[in-house]
Amino acid sequence: MTATWILLILLIIAAASFFLGRARAIACAGGDSRALHSLPGHYSWATVLVTLLPALLLLALLEISAALTPAGTLAVVILALAALAWSLRRITPVFRARATVERGVLALLILAACVAIATTAGIVLSMLFETLNFFVQYDWREFFLSATWAPRFQGGSELGFLPLLWGTLYISLIALIFAVPVGLFAAIYMAEYAGRRIRAVVKPGIEILAGIPTIVYGLFALITVGPLLRDYFAQPLGLGASGSSVMTAGLVMGIMLIPFVSSLSDDIIAQVPQSLRDGSLGLGATRSETIRQVILPAALPGIVGAVLLAASRAIGETMIVVLGAGAAAKLSLNPFEAMTTITVKIVSQLTGDSDFAAPETLVAFALGLTLFAITLCLNVLALAIVRKYREQYE
Amino acid sequence: MSDQAAARPTSLLNRGDHTARRHAAEARFRACGLGAILIGLAALAMLLTSVLGSGLGAFRQTYIHLPIHLDAAALDKSGDRDPEVLKKVTTIGYRKVIDAALVEAVAQAGIVIPGLTEDDSAGIISREAPAQVRDMALSDPDLIGETIQVRILADGRIDGYLKGRVSAESAARDSNVSLAQLQLADAMVERGLLSLDFNAAFLTAPDASDQRPEAAGLGVAILGSAYMMLIVLALALPIGVAASIYLEEFAPKNRLTDLIEVNVANLAAVPSIVFGILGLAIFINFAGLPQSAPVVGGLVLTLMTLPTIIIATRASLKAVPPSIREAALGLGASRMQAVFHHVLPLAAPGILTGAILGLAQALGETAPLLLIGMVAFVREYPGAPPEGFFDPASALPVQIFNWTQRADPAFVERASGAIIVLLAFLLVMNAAAILLRRRFERRW
Repeated sequence: MTATWILLILLIIAAASFFLGRARAIACAGGDSRALHSLPGHYSWATVLVTLLPALLLLALLEISAALTPAGTLAVVILALAALAWSLRRITPVFRARATVERGVLALLILAACVAIATTAGIVLSMLFETLNFFVQYDWREFFLSATWAPRFQGGSELGFLPLLWGTLYISLIALIFAVPVGLFAAIYMAEYAGRRIRAVVKPGIEILAGIPTIVYGLFALITVGPLLRDYFAQPLGLGASGSSVMTAGLVMGIMLIPFVSSLSDDIIAQVPQSLRDGSLGLGATRSETIRQVILPAALPGIVGAVLLAASRAIGETMIVVLGAGAAAKLSLNPFEAMTTITVKIVSQLTGDSDFAAPETLVAFALGLTLFAITLCLNVLALAIVRKYREQYE
Repeated sequence: MSDQAAARPTSLLNRGDHTARRHAAEARFRACGLGAILIGLAALAMLLTSVLGSGLGAFRQTYIHLPIHLDAAALDKSGDRDPEVLKKVTTIGYRKVIDAALVEAVAQAGIVIPGLTEDDSAGIISREAPAQVRDMALSDPDLIGETIQVRILADGRIDGYLKGRVSAESAARDSNVSLAQLQLADAMVERGLLSLDFNAAFLTAPDASDQRPEAAGLGVAILGSAYMMLIVLALALPIGVAASIYLEEFAPKNRLTDLIEVNVANLAAVPSIVFGILGLAIFINFAGLPQSAPVVGGLVLTLMTLPTIIIATRASLKAVPPSIREAALGLGASRMQAVFHHVLPLAAPGILTGAILGLAQALGETAPLLLIGMVAFVREYPGAPPEGFFDPASALPVQIFNWTQRADPAFVERASGAIIVLLAFLLVMNAAAILLRRRFERRW
């Protein structure tokens, strides 16, 4: 509560400094603001910035080190007042207030831009420390090479990573096998064949799929696709009796990825220069021959990048697999069996009452870091390929 | 080549075999493209019909219409209507009153079902109903001793029967509902004692426990989501715009800029669950913020939304032609003034559109919220902001997930209904973004 009060006091001082700065500047100039270097408002803001920033910094320092005593409070207020006095003394007609204010604003802008770096650092550090904790308690060779996943909260768990990796890759593979041809053909049709009117209807239609939250796809897998596949494929074929399966999750994830693949490929195909098309058509090739033998080879690197991005999306997807894939960690080839993924296990190990000293909880951080590393590699590779491809035609 | 040349038609007007084959290949290829589009649209149609089909029922609810005599002898023995004393009567006391009222109403209506016990007929009343009547009596103690006409919730199975989810066959296999109860329900519907009404409580009531799906609502979840969106908007928009202005207008080509660029590009593609781990480790375990609180959810979603907003903002800043900046600089504005007075206002519609789309994405995000404890069962509404940001709350998508994990099939209907609410919000946001773009977008 004290911090709120100090903030309030600082706010009042800041408001006072706003008017004092302006008054002082105009007084310096003998009442004629045209004699000043900057606009009167700049003098106001320059005073406010100089008054507030050191006091706020001190306040944050005291708050973090938990030393916010009455003496500390007084120090903050005195610092603000001293800064106010100094900044008022600094004001003369030739004082470049605009430059001061703009330096301050620029610093704020840089700070905001650095949030992105701080986020990445936060992600890596938060997972790194807990992962190291985990590997102190659990052998890393066991984690990466064991084929059994059997956490027991009484201890003596086996936390092998391989079944989770297999489930993740298997589901992603099925999703991509479904999404890449469909998405690519849809993009080709929209870019090369469809007239403007069809395009105006179909493109937003496909893009709606991209705006639907993954929890909706998850429920779709759980109540519609899962039972459908079980009753019409898995049970008649004798392959399993479970609604949640690799196939369920893979197919639904494939639907989710269609717009992703198609809009990226659409962009890439549109970037292939028209002269290539004209040349090929002029030599007598049909449109499909042009697409297959000229446009696709030219667009291939970009399309590979798009597929890699889609793969990274599939590997990191959570809600569809939580609701559609099941929770059993298995190494099996049968696509109608329930299997599980890295993301499902992160959720199950970290929800509920977790003991942050037990390896059964900490393993989630190791899983998270591995997931982050895998998707990061795919993303960097994909972005590099796409960027290189763009440069090629620019 | 020579044998092919021999097979070729002599006239351009005759199609040879080779050309026919090529044209067939062309038609097949084109059909594949069309097929792909149809598959995509069919998937969309299936998804929407499946959700709408199973979710629309959640907006209607079975209610029992009864006159209830709030017996003063049972509910207020002292007789002075003192609220403190009234509070001591638990829902069990009210349960008895309601059960008796129902038995009487059934008898008065002349309904006779063979094999129907009093327990059976009481069983069609929701377990939530006594609490409803008790709240009514506590808020207006003068009602005690009166006979009031009330509308109380029917049990979830009876609700399911009226909506066609429960049938005579399924009731035979279900120990929670008997055939006699279903016959009673039929008879009560005929006499207007039981009806399916619009379910406003679905949007306002809090969640309810496993046994009473009929009472579960989205009130806490909608409020929690709204709080989080407020936080995301208040943090992500200014930070995102500031970062974009720096990167697009001021950043020199150096290592720091490259580092920021790479980070933004990668953060946009980091799996959402990883942001959940970040929130758990930093905001809850390290900074000591409370679990299940909208403030933590808001912060996590802010970090997730930032890349989206930055990418959209940079695109719209880039679209403002350099001549605008040059004109401002030429008239003596500083670079900062040129940006804030001229470039930013012109880019504002694009920025807002991006922000709304980012918010829509954040509204539907589930996975990171699971890790920061939003999945907990919360019955209390969070308080008013700013303290309310720290109260436990739920969120729309997490509430949906929560309901899919419950045993009673009535919760599937609730979950699908909640999805309809979520999609309606998203539709409004996206429509707003499109309108904004159409109305204000300028092309140079």
